[in-house]
Amino acid sequence: MGWQELSYLTLPRLVLIMGMLALPLVMPGMYWPRVITIVCIYALLALSFDFLAHFVGLVSLGGAFFIGVGGYLSAIFNTSFGIPPLISIPMATVAGAIICTVLLLPCLPLRGVYFAIVTLMYPLALARVIEATDILGGTDGIMGIDSFPNAWIEQYFVIILVLLFLFGIRRLVNTDVGLVIRAVKDNDQAVRASGMNVNFYKAGAVFIASAMGCMGGACLVHIYMWGGISLFALDFSILPIAATVIGGSGTLVGPVLGCLILVPISELLRDFGTLRIVFYALLLVGFVVFRSEGLMAYGERKYHQVERWVKV
Amino acid sequence: MDILIYGTINSIMLALMALGFALVYGTSRIPNFAHGAIYVLCGFVTWAFVRGLNLNYFIGIALALALTGLLGALMYRFVLIRVRGMNISEIIASYAIGLAILEGLRWGGFRGSTYTLPVFVEGSIIIGDIPVDYQRILVVVIGVLLVAFLWLFTHYTRIGLALRGMAQDERAALMLGIDSDTMALVAMAMGSMLAGLAAILILPLGNIVVEKGYDVLIQAIAVCIVGGLGSWMGAVLAAFLIGFAQILTTVYLGSHFQMVVALLAIIITLILKPSGLFGQQKELEERV
Repeated sequence: MGWQELSYLTLPRLVLIMGMLALPLVMPGMYWPRVITIVCIYALLALSFDFLAHFVGLVSLGGAFFIGVGGYLSAIFNTSFGIPPLISIPMATVAGAIICTVLLLPCLPLRGVYFAIVTLMYPLALARVIEATDILGGTDGIMGIDSFPNAWIEQYFVIILVLLFLFGIRRLVNTDVGLVIRAVKDNDQAVRASGMNVNFYKAGAVFIASAMGCMGGACLVHIYMWGGISLFALDFSILPIAATVIGGSGTLVGPVLGCLILVPISELLRDFGTLRIVFYALLLVGFVVFRSEGLMAYGERKYHQVERWVKV
Repeated sequence: MDILIYGTINSIMLALMALGFALVYGTSRIPNFAHGAIYVLCGFVTWAFVRGLNLNYFIGIALALALTGLLGALMYRFVLIRVRGMNISEIIASYAIGLAILEGLRWGGFRGSTYTLPVFVEGSIIIGDIPVDYQRILVVVIGVLLVAFLWLFTHYTRIGLALRGMAQDERAALMLGIDSDTMALVAMAMGSMLAGLAAILILPLGNIVVEKGYDVLIQAIAVCIVGGLGSWMGAVLAAFLIGFAQILTTVYLGSHFQMVVALLAIIITLILKPSGLFGQQKELEERV
Protein backbone atom coordinates (compact mmCIF):
# COMPACT_ATOMS: atom_id res chain seq x y z
CA MET A 1 0.00 0.00 0.00
CA GLY A 2 1.33 3.37 -0.95
CA TRP A 3 1.09 6.38 1.24
CA GLN A 4 -1.73 7.76 -0.86
CA GLU A 5 -3.95 4.77 -0.24
CA LEU A 6 -3.03 4.66 3.40
CA SER A 7 -3.83 8.29 3.92
CA TYR A 8 -7.03 7.92 1.91
CA LEU A 9 -8.20 5.31 4.40
CA THR A 10 -6.94 6.81 7.63
CA LEU A 11 -7.44 10.51 7.00
CA PRO A 12 -11.13 10.73 7.92
CA ARG A 13 -10.61 8.80 11.16
CA LEU A 14 -7.52 10.80 12.08
CA VAL A 15 -9.29 14.07 11.40
CA LEU A 16 -12.10 13.03 13.72
CA ILE A 17 -9.88 11.76 16.54
CA MET A 18 -7.39 14.62 16.38
CA GLY A 19 -10.17 17.15 15.99
CA MET A 20 -12.01 15.86 19.05
CA LEU A 21 -8.83 15.73 21.12
CA ALA A 22 -7.79 19.20 20.05
CA LEU A 23 -11.16 20.82 20.77
CA PRO A 24 -10.46 21.71 24.44
CA LEU A 25 -7.13 23.26 23.44
CA VAL A 26 -8.57 25.64 20.88
CA MET A 27 -11.71 26.65 22.75
CA PRO A 28 -11.19 29.87 24.68
CA GLY A 29 -12.82 31.12 27.83
CA MET A 30 -14.93 29.45 30.48
CA TYR A 31 -18.13 28.96 28.54
CA TRP A 32 -17.21 27.02 25.41
CA PRO A 33 -15.31 24.18 27.14
CA ARG A 34 -18.54 23.50 29.01
CA VAL A 35 -20.35 23.34 25.68
CA ILE A 36 -17.83 20.72 24.49
CA THR A 37 -18.63 18.46 27.42
CA ILE A 38 -22.34 18.85 26.78
CA VAL A 39 -21.76 18.02 23.10
CA CYS A 40 -20.00 14.81 24.18
CA ILE A 41 -22.81 13.81 26.52
CA TYR A 42 -25.37 14.30 23.79
CA ALA A 43 -23.08 12.40 21.44
CA LEU A 44 -23.12 9.41 23.81
CA LEU A 45 -26.91 9.50 23.84
CA ALA A 46 -27.12 9.87 20.08
CA LEU A 47 -24.77 6.92 19.63
CA SER A 48 -26.96 4.84 21.89
CA PHE A 49 -30.08 5.85 19.94
CA ASP A 50 -28.41 5.10 16.60
CA PHE A 51 -27.14 1.73 17.79
CA LEU A 52 -30.54 0.69 19.13
CA ALA A 53 -32.61 2.02 16.26
CA HIS A 54 -30.51 1.10 13.25
CA PHE A 55 -28.64 -1.99 14.39
CA VAL A 56 -31.09 -3.66 16.76
CA GLY A 57 -34.36 -2.28 15.43
CA LEU A 58 -35.62 -0.84 18.73
CA VAL A 59 -36.62 2.80 18.40
CA SER A 60 -36.15 4.32 21.82
CA LEU A 61 -37.68 7.75 22.40
CA GLY A 62 -36.49 7.72 26.00
CA GLY A 63 -32.94 9.00 26.05
CA ALA A 64 -33.96 11.00 29.09
CA PHE A 65 -34.73 7.76 30.91
CA PHE A 66 -31.11 6.58 30.65
CA ILE A 67 -29.76 10.01 31.57
CA GLY A 68 -32.06 10.26 34.53
CA VAL A 69 -31.30 6.83 35.96
CA GLY A 70 -27.54 7.22 35.53
CA GLY A 71 -27.58 10.76 36.87
CA TYR A 72 -29.59 9.99 40.00
CA LEU A 73 -27.52 6.89 40.78
CA SER A 74 -24.24 8.74 40.45
CA ALA A 75 -25.61 11.56 42.57
CA ILE A 76 -26.64 9.11 45.29
CA PHE A 77 -23.33 7.26 45.22
CA ASN A 78 -21.49 10.53 45.51
CA THR A 79 -23.54 12.34 48.15
CA SER A 80 -24.64 9.43 50.34
CA PHE A 81 -21.57 7.22 50.21
CA GLY A 82 -18.90 9.82 49.47
CA ILE A 83 -17.51 8.02 46.45
CA PRO A 84 -15.37 10.34 44.25
CA PRO A 85 -16.71 11.16 40.76
CA LEU A 86 -14.22 9.13 38.75
CA ILE A 87 -15.34 5.97 40.57
CA SER A 88 -19.01 6.77 41.02
CA ILE A 89 -19.48 7.35 37.28
CA PRO A 90 -18.49 3.81 36.22
CA MET A 91 -20.48 2.39 39.14
CA ALA A 92 -23.56 4.38 38.13
CA THR A 93 -23.04 3.28 34.54
CA VAL A 94 -23.12 -0.40 35.35
CA ALA A 95 -25.84 -0.19 37.98
CA GLY A 96 -27.93 2.13 35.81
CA ALA A 97 -27.59 -0.10 32.79
CA ILE A 98 -28.75 -3.08 34.83
CA ILE A 99 -31.75 -1.14 36.16
CA CYS A 100 -32.73 0.16 32.72
CA THR A 101 -32.39 -3.25 31.13
CA VAL A 102 -34.49 -4.91 33.83
CA LEU A 103 -37.18 -2.23 33.55
CA LEU A 104 -37.25 -2.51 29.76
CA LEU A 105 -37.16 -6.32 29.78
CA PRO A 106 -40.95 -6.80 29.59
CA CYS A 107 -41.11 -4.51 26.55
CA LEU A 108 -38.35 -6.16 24.55
CA PRO A 109 -40.61 -8.43 22.50
CA LEU A 110 -42.41 -5.34 21.22
CA ARG A 111 -41.77 -3.99 17.79
CA GLY A 112 -41.55 -0.58 16.18
CA VAL A 113 -44.20 1.81 17.40
CA TYR A 114 -44.96 -0.03 20.61
CA PHE A 115 -41.42 0.01 21.94
CA ALA A 116 -41.15 3.69 21.05
CA ILE A 117 -44.32 4.46 22.99
CA VAL A 118 -43.25 2.63 26.13
CA THR A 119 -39.79 4.18 26.17
CA LEU A 120 -41.35 7.61 25.67
CA MET A 121 -43.46 7.08 28.78
CA TYR A 122 -40.78 5.83 31.15
CA PRO A 123 -38.98 9.14 31.79
CA LEU A 124 -42.26 11.02 32.14
CA ALA A 125 -43.61 8.45 34.59
CA LEU A 126 -40.42 8.32 36.67
CA ALA A 127 -40.35 12.11 36.91
CA ARG A 128 -43.94 12.04 38.16
CA VAL A 129 -43.15 9.34 40.71
CA ILE A 130 -40.25 11.36 42.09
CA GLU A 131 -42.45 14.46 42.20
CA ALA A 132 -45.29 12.64 43.91
CA THR A 133 -43.42 10.62 46.50
CA ASP A 134 -40.86 13.33 47.23
CA ILE A 135 -38.03 10.78 47.30
CA LEU A 136 -34.52 11.60 46.07
CA GLY A 137 -34.85 15.25 46.93
CA GLY A 138 -38.27 15.63 45.28
CA THR A 139 -38.62 18.70 43.10
CA ASP A 140 -35.53 20.37 44.58
CA GLY A 141 -33.21 17.64 43.40
CA ILE A 142 -29.96 16.47 44.94
CA MET A 143 -27.45 19.19 45.68
CA GLY A 144 -23.83 19.25 46.77
CA ILE A 145 -22.47 16.73 44.29
CA ASP A 146 -18.70 16.80 43.80
CA SER A 147 -17.39 18.11 40.50
CA PHE A 148 -14.51 16.71 38.48
CA PRO A 149 -11.03 17.55 39.86
CA ASN A 150 -10.50 20.12 37.14
CA ALA A 151 -11.87 21.27 33.80
CA TRP A 152 -9.25 19.44 31.74
CA ILE A 153 -10.04 16.07 33.27
CA GLU A 154 -13.74 16.77 32.78
CA GLN A 155 -13.37 17.51 29.08
CA TYR A 156 -10.91 14.77 28.20
CA PHE A 157 -12.86 12.21 30.23
CA VAL A 158 -16.00 12.67 28.13
CA ILE A 159 -14.16 13.14 24.83
CA ILE A 160 -12.23 9.91 25.28
CA LEU A 161 -15.43 8.13 26.31
CA VAL A 162 -17.15 9.23 23.12
CA LEU A 163 -14.24 8.08 20.96
CA LEU A 164 -13.99 4.75 22.79
CA PHE A 165 -17.69 4.01 22.47
CA LEU A 166 -17.78 5.19 18.85
CA PHE A 167 -14.99 2.90 17.68
CA GLY A 168 -15.99 0.16 20.11
CA ILE A 169 -19.50 -0.05 18.70
CA ARG A 170 -18.23 0.08 15.15
CA ARG A 171 -16.16 -3.00 15.99
CA LEU A 172 -18.96 -4.66 17.88
CA VAL A 173 -21.45 -4.54 15.01
CA ASN A 174 -18.95 -6.27 12.75
CA THR A 175 -18.15 -9.13 15.12
CA ASP A 176 -20.14 -12.38 15.19
CA VAL A 177 -22.32 -11.13 18.02
CA GLY A 178 -22.91 -7.92 16.10
CA LEU A 179 -23.98 -9.95 13.10
CA VAL A 180 -26.64 -11.69 15.19
CA ILE A 181 -27.76 -8.35 16.60
CA ARG A 182 -28.15 -6.92 13.13
CA ALA A 183 -29.98 -10.05 12.06
CA VAL A 184 -32.47 -9.46 14.88
CA LYS A 185 -33.31 -6.17 13.23
CA ASP A 186 -33.59 -7.50 9.72
CA ASN A 187 -35.35 -10.80 10.34
CA ASP A 188 -35.91 -12.02 13.84
CA GLN A 189 -37.75 -15.12 12.69
CA ALA A 190 -34.59 -16.30 10.96
CA VAL A 191 -32.61 -15.76 14.15
CA ARG A 192 -35.17 -17.72 16.11
CA ALA A 193 -35.08 -20.48 13.49
CA SER A 194 -31.31 -20.71 13.94
CA GLY A 195 -31.88 -21.66 17.56
CA MET A 196 -30.85 -18.34 19.11
CA ASN A 197 -32.81 -16.46 21.72
CA VAL A 198 -33.84 -13.12 20.21
CA ASN A 199 -34.67 -11.52 23.54
CA PHE A 200 -31.29 -12.41 24.98
CA TYR A 201 -29.53 -10.49 22.22
CA LYS A 202 -31.97 -7.61 22.44
CA ALA A 203 -31.39 -7.40 26.19
CA GLY A 204 -27.64 -7.34 25.62
CA ALA A 205 -27.97 -4.54 23.11
CA VAL A 206 -30.22 -2.56 25.43
CA PHE A 207 -27.65 -3.06 28.20
CA ILE A 208 -24.91 -1.55 26.04
CA ALA A 209 -27.08 1.32 24.86
CA SER A 210 -28.38 2.15 28.32
CA ALA A 211 -24.84 1.99 29.70
CA MET A 212 -23.87 4.74 27.27
CA GLY A 213 -26.88 6.83 28.26
CA CYS A 214 -26.34 6.28 31.99
CA MET A 215 -22.69 7.22 31.68
CA GLY A 216 -23.75 10.46 30.01
CA GLY A 217 -26.19 11.15 32.82
CA ALA A 218 -23.61 10.35 35.49
CA CYS A 219 -21.11 12.76 33.91
CA LEU A 220 -23.82 15.39 33.63
CA VAL A 221 -24.65 15.52 37.34
CA HIS A 222 -20.96 15.86 38.22
CA ILE A 223 -20.58 18.68 35.71
CA TYR A 224 -23.57 20.62 36.98
CA MET A 225 -23.01 19.49 40.60
CA TRP A 226 -26.77 19.07 40.79
CA GLY A 227 -29.23 16.35 39.88
CA GLY A 228 -32.98 16.74 39.67
CA ILE A 229 -36.14 16.09 37.72
CA SER A 230 -34.82 18.07 34.79
CA LEU A 231 -32.60 15.06 34.05
CA PHE A 232 -35.77 13.50 32.68
CA ALA A 233 -36.38 16.52 30.42
CA LEU A 234 -37.49 16.19 26.85
CA ASP A 235 -34.27 17.72 25.48
CA PHE A 236 -32.38 14.52 26.19
CA SER A 237 -34.86 12.51 24.19
CA ILE A 238 -35.30 14.76 21.20
CA LEU A 239 -31.89 16.29 20.53
CA PRO A 240 -30.02 12.99 20.09
CA ILE A 241 -32.67 11.83 17.65
CA ALA A 242 -32.39 15.05 15.70
CA ALA A 243 -28.60 14.73 15.70
CA THR A 244 -28.81 11.15 14.44
CA VAL A 245 -31.19 11.99 11.64
CA ILE A 246 -29.20 15.03 10.56
CA GLY A 247 -25.80 13.37 10.89
CA GLY A 248 -26.82 10.21 9.11
CA SER A 249 -28.69 7.32 10.64
CA GLY A 250 -26.94 3.98 10.86
CA THR A 251 -23.46 5.41 10.35
CA LEU A 252 -22.49 5.82 14.05
CA VAL A 253 -20.15 8.69 13.16
CA GLY A 254 -23.09 10.69 11.88
CA PRO A 255 -24.75 11.14 15.29
CA VAL A 256 -21.51 12.48 16.78
CA LEU A 257 -21.19 14.88 13.89
CA GLY A 258 -24.83 15.87 14.27
CA CYS A 259 -24.25 16.69 17.95
CA LEU A 260 -21.18 18.74 17.07
CA ILE A 261 -23.39 20.81 14.80
CA LEU A 262 -26.65 20.95 16.74
CA VAL A 263 -25.56 21.49 20.34
CA PRO A 264 -23.48 24.63 19.70
CA ILE A 265 -26.32 26.02 17.59
CA SER A 266 -28.70 25.30 20.40
CA GLU A 267 -26.35 27.07 22.85
CA LEU A 268 -26.30 30.11 20.58
CA LEU A 269 -30.09 30.05 20.48
CA ARG A 270 -30.40 29.75 24.26
CA ASP A 271 -32.00 33.19 24.50
CA PHE A 272 -34.98 32.00 22.51
CA GLY A 273 -36.09 29.52 25.18
CA THR A 274 -38.35 26.76 23.97
CA LEU A 275 -38.22 28.12 20.43
CA ARG A 276 -35.04 26.04 20.18
CA ILE A 277 -37.07 22.86 20.43
CA VAL A 278 -39.35 24.12 17.68
CA PHE A 279 -36.27 24.76 15.60
CA TYR A 280 -34.88 21.23 16.01
CA ALA A 281 -38.27 19.69 15.51
CA LEU A 282 -38.75 21.47 12.19
CA LEU A 283 -35.19 20.68 11.12
CA LEU A 284 -35.90 17.08 12.02
CA VAL A 285 -39.05 16.96 9.92
CA GLY A 286 -37.18 18.52 7.02
CA PHE A 287 -34.36 15.99 7.19
CA VAL A 288 -36.65 12.98 7.70
CA VAL A 289 -38.72 13.94 4.71
CA PHE A 290 -36.22 15.39 2.25
CA ARG A 291 -32.74 14.17 3.22
CA SER A 292 -33.30 10.96 5.08
CA GLU A 293 -29.76 9.69 4.44
CA GLY A 294 -28.20 12.46 6.51
CA LEU A 295 -25.02 14.48 6.10
CA MET A 296 -22.59 11.65 6.83
CA ALA A 297 -23.83 9.33 4.10
CA TYR A 298 -23.68 12.24 1.67
CA GLY A 299 -20.18 13.18 2.76
CA GLU A 300 -19.02 9.57 2.53
CA ARG A 301 -20.25 9.30 -1.03
CA LYS A 302 -18.50 12.50 -2.01
CA TYR A 303 -15.33 11.37 -0.32
CA HIS A 304 -15.34 8.06 -2.13
CA GLN A 305 -15.44 9.90 -5.42
CA VAL A 306 -11.86 10.91 -4.69
CA GLU A 307 -11.02 7.23 -4.91
CA ARG A 308 -10.52 7.26 -8.65
CA TRP A 309 -7.56 9.64 -8.36
CA VAL A 310 -6.01 7.50 -5.65
CA LYS A 311 -6.60 4.07 -7.14
CA VAL A 312 -7.04 1.89 -4.06
CA MET B 1 -71.00 6.61 44.64
CA ASP B 2 -68.77 9.52 43.71
CA ILE B 3 -66.15 7.05 42.50
CA LEU B 4 -68.77 5.51 40.23
CA ILE B 5 -69.93 8.84 38.80
CA TYR B 6 -66.53 10.46 38.38
CA GLY B 7 -65.05 7.18 37.16
CA THR B 8 -67.64 7.02 34.39
CA ILE B 9 -67.03 10.64 33.43
CA ASN B 10 -63.26 10.15 33.42
CA SER B 11 -63.62 7.00 31.35
CA ILE B 12 -65.72 8.73 28.73
CA MET B 13 -63.17 11.55 28.58
CA LEU B 14 -60.40 9.03 28.00
CA ALA B 15 -62.43 7.36 25.29
CA LEU B 16 -62.95 10.77 23.62
CA MET B 17 -59.21 11.49 23.73
CA ALA B 18 -58.35 8.10 22.30
CA LEU B 19 -60.91 7.90 19.48
CA GLY B 20 -58.93 10.05 17.06
CA PHE B 21 -55.68 8.20 17.60
CA ALA B 22 -57.41 4.83 17.31
CA LEU B 23 -59.13 5.87 14.08
CA VAL B 24 -55.92 7.00 12.38
CA TYR B 25 -53.78 4.09 13.51
CA GLY B 26 -56.52 1.55 13.00
CA THR B 27 -57.17 2.48 9.38
CA SER B 28 -53.93 3.80 7.95
CA ARG B 29 -51.28 2.42 10.34
CA ILE B 30 -49.89 5.89 10.95
CA PRO B 31 -49.04 6.45 14.60
CA ASN B 32 -50.05 10.07 14.90
CA PHE B 33 -47.77 11.26 17.67
CA ALA B 34 -48.95 14.81 17.09
CA HIS B 35 -52.36 13.86 18.50
CA GLY B 36 -51.87 15.60 21.83
CA ALA B 37 -50.50 18.71 20.16
CA ILE B 38 -53.53 18.93 17.90
CA TYR B 39 -55.75 18.61 20.97
CA VAL B 40 -54.10 21.54 22.70
CA LEU B 41 -53.85 23.59 19.52
CA CYS B 42 -57.58 23.22 18.89
CA GLY B 43 -58.22 24.48 22.41
CA PHE B 44 -56.14 27.59 21.80
CA VAL B 45 -57.66 28.22 18.38
CA THR B 46 -61.14 28.05 19.84
CA TRP B 47 -60.02 30.38 22.62
CA ALA B 48 -58.68 32.80 20.01
CA PHE B 49 -61.95 32.78 18.10
CA VAL B 50 -64.23 33.02 21.10
CA ARG B 51 -62.29 35.24 23.48
CA GLY B 52 -60.01 37.04 21.05
CA LEU B 53 -62.35 37.74 18.14
CA ASN B 54 -65.56 37.58 20.19
CA LEU B 55 -67.26 35.26 17.76
CA ASN B 56 -70.32 33.28 18.73
CA TYR B 57 -69.20 30.20 20.68
CA PHE B 58 -70.64 27.69 18.26
CA ILE B 59 -69.33 29.43 15.15
CA GLY B 60 -65.94 29.55 16.84
CA ILE B 61 -66.07 25.83 17.55
CA ALA B 62 -67.08 24.99 14.00
CA LEU B 63 -64.26 27.13 12.57
CA ALA B 64 -61.71 25.66 14.97
CA LEU B 65 -62.75 22.10 14.12
CA ALA B 66 -62.54 22.84 10.40
CA LEU B 67 -59.05 24.30 10.85
CA THR B 68 -57.91 21.31 12.90
CA GLY B 69 -59.19 18.91 10.27
CA LEU B 70 -57.39 20.90 7.61
CA LEU B 71 -54.19 20.80 9.66
CA GLY B 72 -54.39 17.01 9.92
CA ALA B 73 -54.97 16.69 6.19
CA LEU B 74 -52.06 19.01 5.40
CA MET B 75 -49.80 17.11 7.77
CA TYR B 76 -50.56 13.93 5.91
CA ARG B 77 -50.40 15.44 2.42
CA PHE B 78 -47.08 17.24 2.81
CA VAL B 79 -45.13 15.30 5.41
CA LEU B 80 -46.42 11.90 6.41
CA ILE B 81 -47.23 10.73 2.88
CA ARG B 82 -43.52 10.79 2.08
CA VAL B 83 -42.51 8.55 4.96
CA ARG B 84 -45.51 6.23 4.89
CA GLY B 85 -44.65 2.66 5.79
CA MET B 86 -41.32 3.53 7.39
CA ASN B 87 -42.07 3.06 11.06
CA ILE B 88 -39.18 4.98 12.54
CA SER B 89 -39.61 7.94 10.24
CA GLU B 90 -43.36 8.09 10.79
CA ILE B 91 -42.92 8.26 14.54
CA ILE B 92 -40.09 10.79 14.38
CA ALA B 93 -41.82 13.03 11.86
CA SER B 94 -45.20 13.11 13.60
CA TYR B 95 -43.66 13.45 17.06
CA ALA B 96 -41.48 16.31 15.82
CA ILE B 97 -44.49 18.12 14.36
CA GLY B 98 -46.32 17.72 17.65
CA LEU B 99 -43.32 18.96 19.56
CA ALA B 100 -42.98 21.97 17.27
CA ILE B 101 -46.63 22.88 17.83
CA LEU B 102 -46.53 22.44 21.61
CA GLU B 103 -43.21 24.14 22.24
CA GLY B 104 -44.12 26.89 19.78
CA LEU B 105 -47.26 27.56 21.81
CA ARG B 106 -45.23 27.56 25.01
CA TRP B 107 -42.78 30.03 23.49
CA GLY B 108 -45.67 32.19 22.30
CA GLY B 109 -46.58 32.73 25.95
CA PHE B 110 -49.68 30.59 25.97
CA ARG B 111 -49.45 29.53 29.59
CA GLY B 112 -50.87 30.45 32.92
CA SER B 113 -54.46 30.35 34.02
CA THR B 114 -55.81 33.03 31.70
CA TYR B 115 -56.70 30.63 28.94
CA THR B 116 -60.03 29.06 29.70
CA LEU B 117 -62.97 28.22 27.52
CA PRO B 118 -66.50 28.94 28.65
CA VAL B 119 -68.65 25.94 29.57
CA PHE B 120 -71.62 25.22 27.33
CA VAL B 121 -74.18 25.26 30.11
CA GLU B 122 -73.65 26.74 33.54
CA GLY B 123 -74.77 25.11 36.73
CA SER B 124 -74.80 21.65 38.18
CA ILE B 125 -77.15 18.87 39.13
CA ILE B 126 -77.24 16.64 42.20
CA ILE B 127 -77.06 12.93 41.42
CA GLY B 128 -77.42 10.85 44.57
CA ASP B 129 -75.85 13.45 46.81
CA ILE B 130 -72.92 14.32 44.55
CA PRO B 131 -73.01 17.60 42.62
CA VAL B 132 -72.09 17.08 38.97
CA ASP B 133 -71.94 20.08 36.67
CA TYR B 134 -73.77 20.09 33.37
CA GLN B 135 -70.60 20.26 31.31
CA ARG B 136 -69.51 16.86 32.62
CA ILE B 137 -72.91 15.38 31.85
CA LEU B 138 -72.68 16.91 28.41
CA VAL B 139 -69.28 15.24 27.95
CA VAL B 140 -70.81 11.86 28.77
CA VAL B 141 -73.81 12.38 26.47
CA ILE B 142 -71.75 13.65 23.53
CA GLY B 143 -69.15 10.94 24.09
CA VAL B 144 -71.74 8.20 23.91
CA LEU B 145 -73.38 9.82 20.88
CA LEU B 146 -70.00 10.15 19.16
CA VAL B 147 -69.12 6.50 19.66
CA ALA B 148 -72.53 5.52 18.29
CA PHE B 149 -72.11 7.91 15.36
CA LEU B 150 -68.67 6.52 14.53
CA TRP B 151 -69.99 2.98 14.66
CA LEU B 152 -72.79 3.88 12.25
CA PHE B 153 -70.38 5.86 10.07
CA THR B 154 -67.93 3.00 9.69
CA HIS B 155 -70.64 0.44 9.05
CA TYR B 156 -73.11 2.20 6.78
CA THR B 157 -71.42 4.94 4.73
CA ARG B 158 -69.19 4.56 1.71
CA ILE B 159 -66.23 6.37 3.21
CA GLY B 160 -66.59 4.54 6.50
CA LEU B 161 -66.71 1.18 4.77
CA ALA B 162 -63.68 2.14 2.68
CA LEU B 163 -61.80 3.05 5.86
CA ARG B 164 -62.61 -0.31 7.39
CA GLY B 165 -61.61 -2.02 4.17
CA MET B 166 -58.21 -0.32 4.35
CA ALA B 167 -57.82 -1.39 7.94
CA GLN B 168 -58.57 -5.02 7.18
CA ASP B 169 -56.59 -5.61 4.02
CA GLU B 170 -54.91 -2.74 2.23
CA ARG B 171 -54.09 -4.65 -0.96
CA ALA B 172 -57.57 -6.06 -1.40
CA ALA B 173 -58.98 -2.58 -0.82
CA LEU B 174 -56.64 -1.17 -3.46
CA MET B 175 -57.87 -3.77 -5.91
CA LEU B 176 -61.45 -2.71 -5.31
CA GLY B 177 -60.55 0.85 -6.26
CA ILE B 178 -60.16 2.36 -2.82
CA ASP B 179 -57.33 4.86 -2.95
CA SER B 180 -55.06 4.29 0.00
CA ASP B 181 -53.70 7.84 0.15
CA THR B 182 -57.10 9.50 -0.09
CA MET B 183 -58.41 7.30 2.69
CA ALA B 184 -55.41 7.99 4.89
CA LEU B 185 -55.95 11.71 4.24
CA VAL B 186 -59.58 11.39 5.29
CA ALA B 187 -58.56 9.38 8.36
CA MET B 188 -55.98 11.97 9.41
CA ALA B 189 -58.47 14.81 8.94
CA MET B 190 -61.14 12.96 10.91
CA GLY B 191 -58.71 11.90 13.61
CA SER B 192 -57.57 15.49 14.07
CA MET B 193 -61.14 16.72 14.22
CA LEU B 194 -61.93 14.11 16.86
CA ALA B 195 -58.94 15.28 18.89
CA GLY B 196 -60.20 18.84 18.50
CA LEU B 197 -63.71 17.89 19.51
CA ALA B 198 -62.41 16.14 22.60
CA ALA B 199 -60.47 19.30 23.45
CA ILE B 200 -63.50 21.54 23.06
CA LEU B 201 -65.61 19.29 25.26
CA ILE B 202 -63.05 18.62 27.98
CA LEU B 203 -61.02 21.84 28.18
CA PRO B 204 -63.82 24.05 29.59
CA LEU B 205 -63.46 22.01 32.80
CA GLY B 206 -59.98 23.42 33.41
CA ASN B 207 -57.24 25.63 31.99
CA ILE B 208 -55.72 25.13 28.59
CA VAL B 209 -52.10 24.24 29.31
CA VAL B 210 -49.38 23.06 26.98
CA GLU B 211 -48.44 20.10 29.20
CA LYS B 212 -51.89 18.62 28.57
CA GLY B 213 -50.62 17.75 25.09
CA TYR B 214 -48.20 15.13 26.38
CA ASP B 215 -50.69 13.71 28.86
CA VAL B 216 -53.39 13.37 26.24
CA LEU B 217 -51.04 11.64 23.82
CA ILE B 218 -49.96 9.14 26.46
CA GLN B 219 -53.46 8.44 27.70
CA ALA B 220 -54.74 7.98 24.16
CA ILE B 221 -51.96 5.53 23.42
CA ALA B 222 -52.55 3.68 26.67
CA VAL B 223 -56.23 3.23 25.88
CA CYS B 224 -55.47 2.07 22.34
CA ILE B 225 -52.86 -0.46 23.40
CA VAL B 226 -54.85 -1.89 26.26
CA GLY B 227 -57.96 -2.15 24.13
CA GLY B 228 -56.29 -3.73 21.17
CA LEU B 229 -56.13 -1.79 17.96
CA GLY B 230 -58.87 -1.87 15.41
CA SER B 231 -61.50 -2.78 17.94
CA TRP B 232 -64.00 -0.11 19.04
CA MET B 233 -65.35 -2.30 21.79
CA GLY B 234 -61.85 -2.87 23.13
CA ALA B 235 -60.98 0.84 23.10
CA VAL B 236 -64.18 1.79 24.96
CA LEU B 237 -63.72 -1.00 27.49
CA ALA B 238 -60.07 -0.09 28.02
CA ALA B 239 -61.10 3.54 28.53
CA PHE B 240 -63.39 2.41 31.34
CA LEU B 241 -60.72 0.17 32.85
CA ILE B 242 -58.05 2.87 32.87
CA GLY B 243 -60.54 5.59 33.75
CA PHE B 244 -61.71 3.83 36.91
CA ALA B 245 -58.18 2.79 37.80
CA GLN B 246 -57.12 6.45 37.57
CA ILE B 247 -59.97 7.70 39.71
CA LEU B 248 -59.25 5.03 42.32
CA THR B 249 -55.57 5.97 42.45
CA THR B 250 -56.48 9.65 42.67
CA VAL B 251 -58.75 8.95 45.63
CA TYR B 252 -56.44 6.59 47.49
CA LEU B 253 -52.91 7.60 46.42
CA GLY B 254 -52.91 11.12 44.97
CA SER B 255 -53.34 12.63 41.54
CA HIS B 256 -49.64 12.47 40.65
CA PHE B 257 -49.95 8.75 40.05
CA GLN B 258 -52.48 9.06 37.22
CA MET B 259 -49.87 8.73 34.52
CA VAL B 260 -48.12 5.89 36.28
CA VAL B 261 -51.41 4.00 36.08
CA ALA B 262 -51.48 4.47 32.31
CA LEU B 263 -47.91 3.21 31.99
CA LEU B 264 -48.53 0.22 34.24
CA ALA B 265 -51.69 -0.63 32.29
CA ILE B 266 -49.67 -0.69 29.09
CA ILE B 267 -46.87 -2.81 30.50
CA ILE B 268 -49.18 -5.32 32.20
CA THR B 269 -51.28 -5.66 29.06
CA LEU B 270 -48.26 -6.18 26.89
CA ILE B 271 -46.90 -8.87 29.16
CA LEU B 272 -50.14 -10.75 29.72
CA LYS B 273 -51.94 -10.34 26.44
CA PRO B 274 -49.84 -8.58 23.82
CA SER B 275 -52.67 -8.13 21.34
CA GLY B 276 -54.77 -6.14 23.81
CA LEU B 277 -58.13 -7.04 25.29
CA PHE B 278 -59.97 -7.38 22.02
CA GLY B 279 -57.15 -7.46 19.51
CA GLN B 280 -57.10 -10.10 16.86
CA GLN B 281 -54.33 -12.46 15.89
CA LYS B 282 -53.22 -10.15 13.08
CA GLU B 283 -52.15 -7.47 15.49
CA LEU B 284 -50.38 -10.00 17.67
CA GLU B 285 -47.99 -10.80 14.86
CA GLU B 286 -47.26 -7.16 14.27
CA ARG B 287 -46.47 -6.33 17.83
CA VAL B 288 -44.42 -9.16 19.10
